[in-house]
Amino acid sequence: MIVPLNHILLVAAALFFMGLSCTLVRRNLVMILIGVEIMLNAAGLVLVAGSAFWQQLDGQLMVMLIMAVTAAEVAVALAMVVYLHGRTGTIDVNTFKDMQG
Amino acid sequence: MASLLFYLLAATALLATLLCITRRSPVHAVIFLINAFFALALMFYLLGAPLIAAWEVIVYAGAIMVLFLFVIMTLDLSPDSQRPALSRGQWAPVLLLFLLLLVSAGLILTFDPASQASVPLFYASPRSFGAALFDRYGLAVEIVSFQLLFAAVGAYYLGRRRKARQAEESS
Repeated sequence: MIVPLNHILLVAAALFFMGLSCTLVRRNLVMILIGVEIMLNAAGLVLVAGSAFWQQLDGQLMVMLIMAVTAAEVAVALAMVVYLHGRTGTIDVNTFKDMQG
Repeated sequence: MASLLFYLLAATALLATLLCITRRSPVHAVIFLINAFFALALMFYLLGAPLIAAWEVIVYAGAIMVLFLFVIMTLDLSPDSQRPALSRGQWAPVLLLFLLLLVSAGLILTFDPASQASVPLFYASPRSFGAALFDRYGLAVEIVSFQLLFAAVGAYYLGRRRKARQAEESS
């Protein structure tokens, strides 16, 4: 493996910023969740690269825990998307800017 | 050879992610994202994490993205995909983030000589991975398993309540 660490960091940074811009700009709830997934994967890439760079296992263990947390987050978030779609018939986030106490 | 493969996979992942976040239809976005996850899984394998690579394919591409597809196909989002993905005023945060990315890339490339060193060869066998996981992070594994249980209960509750509300409205 002859890749410098900062090249991996660059790839991960580009992935993270793409996920962040997807989350900030898109008005579709499903696309916002997809942006969150992209950001989590970019963080996982940094953790695995650090794990290989310092010859420690902890980064990979962290990625495994992140995957489990992501599965839980996606389950609840998609259930909420289905719930909101059942209430309003749309998943555009501009529809959900008003609170009802 | 391995480094050439790594750069190819990185280009694939970046291109697939870029196509993913610019699609109008969420189904196309999910398909491109699965492509990006396969490339990322191979990058994990090259960085010495075969177990993480397998889980990337099984959990992310196999379970989470299929869950997205199920929800998209259940909801019938066709009218939403007719609208433009981005309006003109929404380009400002994208440009700002791209500027930030360029600045941070320049900082990484110029002012961080420590990370110029190449990543050494490393291989975490599943046996050592499992030993380290249950040896040092047993409590974290338990907490995460509880969290998965709570998430399952919460998702069940959200789905259940909507059905009850529909039954109320129809009766």
